[in-house]
This record gives sequence, C-alpha cells and structure tokens, in this order.
Amino acid sequence: MSVKIMNEDNKIIALLSGEIDHHNAKTLRQDIDFALRENQPEELILDFSEVGFMDSSGIGLVMGRYKLMQEIGGSLIVRNPPAHIKKVMRLSGIDRLASICNV
Amino acid sequence: MKIVNEMKISFKSKSENEGFARTAVCAFAAFLDPGIEEIADLRTAVSEAVTNCIVHAYRGTEGIIEITARILNDNEIYIRIKDKGCGIPDVKRAMEPLYTTAPCEERAGLGFAVMESFMDKLTVKSTVGKGTVVTMRKKLGAINE
Ligand SMILES: Nc1ncnc2c1ncn2[C@@H]1O[C@H](COP(=O)(O)OP(=O)(O)O)[C@@H](O)[C@H]1O
Ligand SMILES: [Mg+2]
Repeated sequence: MSVKIMNEDNKIIALLSGEIDHHNAKTLRQDIDFALRENQPEELILDFSEVGFMDSSGIGLVMGRYKLMQEIGGSLIVRNPPAHIKKVMRLSGIDRLASICNV
Repeated sequence: MKIVNEMKISFKSKSENEGFARTAVCAFAAFLDPGIEEIADLRTAVSEAVTNCIVHAYRGTEGIIEITARILNDNEIYIRIKDKGCGIPDVKRAMEPLYTTAPCEERAGLGFAVMESFMDKLTVKSTVGKGTVVTMRKKLGAINE
C-alpha cells in the first residue's frame, strides 16, 4: 500500500495504490492529512485507479477526508474507483456526498 | 448439507493479519471457481469480520482469531470467524448501518452492512466477556453452472 501525493495549483492529488484496509488506512490518513494541512487546497482528488481492494475502513478514510475538506472550504473528488470499490462506496452513500468521476 | 472440503486457520489479532486472512479464505474458495465479483464480495466480507475481531473484540489486548471455512455440496462456501474477545452487548443494534462504538477512529459503522449485503447469509452470536462468532454463507460459481 502506498500513496503518491501531488500538488497542482490549489489541488492535492493522492494516487492510492494497493489494498486499503484498517491496517493500511492509518498511514494513508496521516500522509494525506499532512498535505492538506500544509497546502489548504481547494480540491482533494483521491485517485483509486491502482487500488486492488478496499473495505469499510476505506469508507472511514474517504468520509474523514470529506469532512476535512468541508472544514477548509474545499471539495473532494473520488477518481476512478474500480467496480468492487464503487460497490462498497454505494453502500455507504458517500457517492451522494463526494463526486465520483472517471477519467 | 454435506461438507465437501474444510480448512481451519488461527492467528494472532495483529492488524497485519487482515490481508493474510482474507487472502487465505479466498484461496480456499477458489475450489468453487468463483467469478471476479463473487471473490471480491467474499474478500471484503472476511476482511470486515476479521477487522472487527482486531479492532473491537481484542481492543487493547491480543488474542486468537479462528477461521473455519467449508465448501458445501451445493457450491456454497461457509465461513465461521470466531474470537474470544469482549463480546457484543446488543447484537441487533451493533448490526445497524452506521452504528459504531469507535467513531473517533474513523470507523464507518458499515462492517456488518457489508457482510450482510455481500454474502447470502449472515449470523452473529455473541456473549459479553466470552466472545463472538460470525458465520456467513455464499453460493459461488453460479455463473459457471
Ligand atoms: N467481534 C466483535 N467483538 C466485539 N464487538 C464487535 C465485534 N464486531 C463488531 N462489534 C461491535 O459492533 C459495532 C459495529 O461493527 P461494524 O458494523 O463492523 O462497524 P465498525 O467496525 O466500523 O465500528 C462495532 O463498533 C463494535 O462495537
Ligand atoms: Mg467493522
């Protein structure tokens, strides 16, 4: 599991890869939140293209970042979630809060 | 219901075992030749149950998690995940979507909801101070029938 964080004019893009579970979520959260605190971006893009697995611990991660972005007055975009991850997201209703896009 | 095949694993409630546990169960389930979506469902459900043992049942301590998986004669997988942790005082309430006793750790309260919707059957038996047994069943390989 790893996350590559890129900073592009007022946007933070977090390229996630590997498996998101309770074991991995903590370090992901720390890395992403560090970048959010440093940059206060208008937009956070969580890119799931390279994520092979996610359970409800990943929902906690997405929800938590959604709330953080609301606090700093920005928005959250979930990009390219694979089919089974979309299924978990749909169950949580996060797809109605954050925008999900495919590029 | 005839048991065609069976396996048992037990392991410590360390979070690094979450990945091991779901992979082991899915490797066993491969005997049923499941489809990609079915295996993703199973992997996620097992991950939820095992994570609950680590996060909730053995909170602040370390214990043993035991998984029994069976292949039943009608292309069905049976999985039992057992802990000897703190137990659940109100199972019905615990199973409600979004209910969590650990909100400040970013738990979504959706573990049971995932197990319920991704598997065909889910039962939870728990005794406070003794532990919890989660059993799940799912028909697999339906596409290939
Ligand atoms: N094996 C277990 N032992 C003790 N308590 C549990 C166990 N599994 C679940 N629980 C309780 O049920 C609640 C709901 O579980 P779940 O739906 O997986 O949500 P979450 O894990 O996100 O809290 C947990 O917050 C916990 O209080
Ligand atoms: Mg859970």
